[in-house]
Amino acid sequence: MHPENGTNESGEVAKLYGEFETWSVNLGDRTIHAKRMPGFFRRVKNLTQSALWLPFFLLPYLRWNGQQAILFDIEDRQFHLFSLSVLPQDIWMLSLVLLVAAMTLFAVTSVASRVWCGYLCFQTVWTDVFTWLESKIEGNPNARRKLDEAPWSLDKLRKKALKHFSWMLVALFTGITFSIWFVDAFEYWAALVRLQLPLVGWVVLAMFFLGTYILGGLLREQACFWLCPYARIQAVMIDSQTILPTYDKQRGEPRGKVRHGSDAAEKKTGDCIDCYQCVQVCPTAVDIRQGQQLGCITCGLCIDACDSVMDKVNRPHGLIRYASLDEISGKPAKKMYQHPRTWVYIGIILIALGGIVWGLTHMGTMTLKVIHERQPLFVSMSDGSIQNKYEFKVVNKTGKDFRVSVTAESGIPGQVIVTAENNPNLRHGHGTAFTIFVKAPLAGITAEVTPIEFYLRSVDDPAMFAEYTSQFYGPKR
Amino acid sequence: MSDKHSAGEVPTTGHVWDDDLGDFTNQPPKWWMLGLTASALWCVAYALYYPMIPVSSSSIFSKGLGGWTAISEMEADKSKVDVVRSKFENKLKDMTPAAILADRELTEYVTRSGKVLFGDNCAPCHGPNGVGTKDKNALFAPILNDDDWLYGGKIDDIHTSIAGGRKGVMIANKDLLSEAELDTLAKAVAAGKPTSTPLFTEKGCVACHGPDGKGMAAMGSANLTDSVWRFDNSVEGIKQTIRYGVNSGDPKARIAVMPAFKAAGKLSDVELKKLAVYVYKFGGGKPDQVAEAPAAAAPAAATPVAEAPAAK
Repeated sequence: MHPENGTNESGEVAKLYGEFETWSVNLGDRTIHAKRMPGFFRRVKNLTQSALWLPFFLLPYLRWNGQQAILFDIEDRQFHLFSLSVLPQDIWMLSLVLLVAAMTLFAVTSVASRVWCGYLCFQTVWTDVFTWLESKIEGNPNARRKLDEAPWSLDKLRKKALKHFSWMLVALFTGITFSIWFVDAFEYWAALVRLQLPLVGWVVLAMFFLGTYILGGLLREQACFWLCPYARIQAVMIDSQTILPTYDKQRGEPRGKVRHGSDAAEKKTGDCIDCYQCVQVCPTAVDIRQGQQLGCITCGLCIDACDSVMDKVNRPHGLIRYASLDEISGKPAKKMYQHPRTWVYIGIILIALGGIVWGLTHMGTMTLKVIHERQPLFVSMSDGSIQNKYEFKVVNKTGKDFRVSVTAESGIPGQVIVTAENNPNLRHGHGTAFTIFVKAPLAGITAEVTPIEFYLRSVDDPAMFAEYTSQFYGPKR
Repeated sequence: MSDKHSAGEVPTTGHVWDDDLGDFTNQPPKWWMLGLTASALWCVAYALYYPMIPVSSSSIFSKGLGGWTAISEMEADKSKVDVVRSKFENKLKDMTPAAILADRELTEYVTRSGKVLFGDNCAPCHGPNGVGTKDKNALFAPILNDDDWLYGGKIDDIHTSIAGGRKGVMIANKDLLSEAELDTLAKAVAAGKPTSTPLFTEKGCVACHGPDGKGMAAMGSANLTDSVWRFDNSVEGIKQTIRYGVNSGDPKARIAVMPAFKAAGKLSDVELKKLAVYVYKFGGGKPDQVAEAPAAAAPAAATPVAEAPAAK
C-alpha cells in the first residue's frame, strides 16, 4: 500500500502511479473525485441513463388528443396514459405494477447484480451529471483536489459559485419535471413563471430542489453507503451464480509494480500492476480488488480503467470483469436454468403482468356500491307494505355522461322500486349518488333479511351494466 | 474492512464492553447540534407565542403574544365552510321549499348538510333520521319516514307543520259513549274498518275523521283505515284514546304537541325550508302536482314507480 518511489519508473504506465497512490476506506470524510475515462461501460452507462431519464424530462410535454399524454392527475384523482384513464377504483393495478417493478429488480439482481444501482438509479445518474458539471468547471480530479485545498481566492470563489449554481439549475429543473408528472406541464410552467404556484406546489418544488442538490451534489456516494435500503436488499439477492464486476485474484496476485526494463520472463508478480486506476475511477471509491462489497454499485467503470491499463502493459483484458464467484473460484459455471430463484421471480412477474392485463381489459364502465339505510332498517307504510331505502353510489368510468335505469330482484312478490329521480344522469369521470326506495307487501316477505340484487343499466347501451347484492329488511318473523 | 479502519486519534470514554468495545468521545455532528439548539429555541418561542403556564385559578395563565385562542381558530375554520356553503345558501333564501325540491343540486345539498340541523332540532322527539320515539304508552312523536301524514305530506304541508307547529285535538268521549258502544267502536277501529259500525256516524266521529274514516289533513285528524298508528293500536289503547281524547284537557288524555319553530325564533327561514326538504326526502314525502309537473310530464319510461322484474 505504500509504494516506494522507484527511480527507474518512467513512461505512460509509470505516470499512472503518480496520480493516485493510496487508498483508504471511504468514511465520507473527504470528497470523492473520481476520474472519468472513456470505455465500453462508460458508453453503456451513458446510454442506459439517458434512455431512462431523458423521457422523465421530456414525456410530460407530450400531448395526446389535446391533453397531456401521461398525467397522474392527483387533483382530479385520475391517471391518464394516452387514451386510457384510470380512476382510483382501479388503482389496485398500481400494486401489481409495483410488484412487477420489485420482482424485475430482484430477477435482474440475481442474474447480473446491482444493474439498477450502476446504470439506472437516479442517485447514480444525478451524481454522474453533477460530477460531470464539476469536471467541466473545476477541471480533472487532481485539479479539483488542489482547488479544494487551496486558500480562498477570487478564482476559487468564481469556480465554486458557478458549480453550485449549475447544480442548483439541474436541481430546480428536476423539481419542476417531477411536478409536471402530476399537473399539466404547460399550466405548471405558466403558474411558475408568474410565481403563482399553490403552496403544495412550492413545497414539492422546494423538497425536490433541496433533495436533488443535497443528495446529488453533496452526499453523492454516501447516500448509497448509508441511506439507501435497496443497496442492502439487493446485496442479499446476489449469490455465487450472479455475475458482477470481479477482480480475478488468481490472475492478479501477487500484485506488483511494473519496473522499467523488466522482462516478461523474469516476471514474478501477477497481472495486477497495482496502479489504483480501478479505485481512481470508482464513483464510490471502493477498491474492487478487496472483493464484493456493499459500496460497489457494479457500474463497471473499473473494468474500463483496468482494460485500458492492460492495453498499455500488453496484458490481456479481463483482470477485472463481469464474473460470478463460482467462475473466479474455478468451479464449473452453472447454466441459467439451474438458477431456480430467478425463475420464481420471473413467474411472479408474469402473474402480476397477467393481473394488470386482466385489469386493464376488465375495468368496466361503472363501479356500483349500494348502501342500505341503517336507521331505520325498514319503514312500515300506510298500506301495510315495507319500504327500504338504499343509497346508490356509482362511478362513471367512461368518457361521457349517460343515464341509467335501476332494476332489482329479490324474489319477493309485488316488490317495486320507487325513485325520486328517474334515470339518473352519471357524470363521466365522477361519482354520482342517488337514493332508491324498494317497497314490498308485508305478506310476501318471508324472512327478516332477504338478499336483493340491484342491476344498473345504461339507458342507451344495455351492455353497460353493473350489479350489486344488498339486503332487504323486514319486521322480525 | 475493519482491520484497516483507523478512527484517527479520537480518544474513547474509557468504558470497555465485551473486551473490545469502546465509545469515542466525538462531538455530535454540527448539524445535529444546530438541530438541538433550534429545537430549544423553538420551545421558548412556542411558549411565548401560545397560551402557556396554567396556574390553579383558570384566570391566571399567560395569554401568549400571538393572541391565539381555540375558539377563534374554530370560527376562522367555520367561515371557510360558510364560504363553500354560501353558494347554495344564497340561492335557498329566495326559493320556496317546493322550488328547492325541484332542483336536484340544491336537494342534494340539503340532504347532505341537513343532518346537523335535524339532529339538533327534530331528533330529540322524532328520533335520529325521523324513526320516531316511544314513551310508555305508544309513539311519543310520529315516524317521519313513512307515507302517512296527519297534516299532509306535501312539501308545503311539512313546511307549515315545522314553522307553525301542530297541536291535534280530539275531544274526550267518555260521557258520550256507553261501555258497550266504546267496545264496539274500538274493535272496529282496531280492525281498520271504522265505518263498519253505525256508531261511527251516530256519535259524530265522521265530523273529524271523515265519512270514510280516512281523516282530514286540514285538521290533522288521523286516517283510521291504514296500518300506521299515531297512538297505541291495541283495543285497550284505542279505547283510552276515544275515552279521553287528544290534548282535550283531561288528565288521561293523549298528549301530542309539536312546537312552532318559527315563533320560537330559533330557526331562520332558510333553516325551516331546509328542514322541510330534509324531512320530505326521508321517503314519505308526497309529490306536489305543481312542483313535480316536469317529472310527471316525462315519457312513460320515467313513471315514478317502476315495476320490478317478475318474481322468481
